[in-house]
Amino acid sequence: MNGLPCTAAILPLLAANPLTEPVGVIHYLVVGAVLFTAGIACMMLKRNALGVLMGIELVLNGANLNFVAFASPYLQAEGGMSLGLDGQMIALFVILLAAAEAAVALAITLNFYNNHATVDVDRADDLKG
Amino acid sequence: MESLLAPSFVSGLAALAAGGAVCPPGLLLPTAAVNFHSLLFFLFAALACGFALGVVISDNVVRMALYLVFSLAATAGLFFLSGAEFVGAMQLMIYVGGTLVLLVFGVMLTAQAPFIEIRASASDRTLAAVAGASLLGLLLTAALSVDAWNAPGAGVIPDPSATPLGMAMVGLRVDDPPANAPVAGRAGYLLPFEIVSVHLLVVLVGAAYLARAKRRRTPRPIEALASAVAPASPPAAAARSGSSSALVGGTR
Repeated sequence: MNGLPCTAAILPLLAANPLTEPVGVIHYLVVGAVLFTAGIACMMLKRNALGVLMGIELVLNGANLNFVAFASPYLQAEGGMSLGLDGQMIALFVILLAAAEAAVALAITLNFYNNHATVDVDRADDLKG
Repeated sequence: MESLLAPSFVSGLAALAAGGAVCPPGLLLPTAAVNFHSLLFFLFAALACGFALGVVISDNVVRMALYLVFSLAATAGLFFLSGAEFVGAMQLMIYVGGTLVLLVFGVMLTAQAPFIEIRASASDRTLAAVAGASLLGLLLTAALSVDAWNAPGAGVIPDPSATPLGMAMVGLRVDDPPANAPVAGRAGYLLPFEIVSVHLLVVLVGAAYLARAKRRRTPRPIEALASAVAPASPPAAAARSGSSSALVGGTR
């Protein structure tokens, strides 16, 4: 895709008054894309290990938002096929696994802090060969 | 996108104040009634995106944790608005109430002065901005290129999803299949549920093992203080009362 169809597709969205139109899947996809990109940028940018962890949470939330949007019959267009309950179920599992991942990552971070007295990920280079 | 939406946002609120249906002369207000679902969606979407950008931009790790709480709570609002009320409740209870409290504890335990603010270098910031912008462009282009996703929603009110989700967790599907979806092959989620249960147990044990208190070779400061103070206490106790001092002297 080049940029031209993208511009042509987004223009009708902005021409209509967004407050009187019902929202669709695309609105949720845009929010999910922003959350995902913010999480990726957070993971790249932060040198604090907990900041990297927060970026991971944001990425998982962006993906979760897409799953829930595709599962919602309210947001689906006329005749569209929604994921139904499966999308919500996947979102629930993602939330649970994110909780587990945060617990382990936090334990590792605290261990690293106890051993090295820092949380700077740039100084976690003991394993380089 | 938010800045482009702002004028219509304001005019929509003005139309709301004017009763929504009647347009006073001289003011360019929309005559159609305001869709409150859309209004709340844009409110929560702006909150979620704004606080997510705040997490990226802020350098203070305590503020980052606070912004992340707000962003995830606004995302729970978006879940409620899309009809996934059980997922939204779980987002609030597990994510905002559990995971982020864990993160805040991690921030508090490691919040020494040099680590509160660790700034990335300018070249890293530029690289992250370029990569983030290109990734956002890619995602938006991909999302906008599918026609079925760009149409406004049909507005079918979904059924409450807590009971079907709970039944699907134990392997029974009581929900209607979505329209136009193949009926064959719909399965429950008993096996993933069991796998996640064992996974959570293993993670709990592993996290407790990793974060356990190590046995210290040197006495802790408070113990060293107590052992230094203890020999001085029997004379002081002897000065106060005779019987207890005799007891202390006898035991020693």
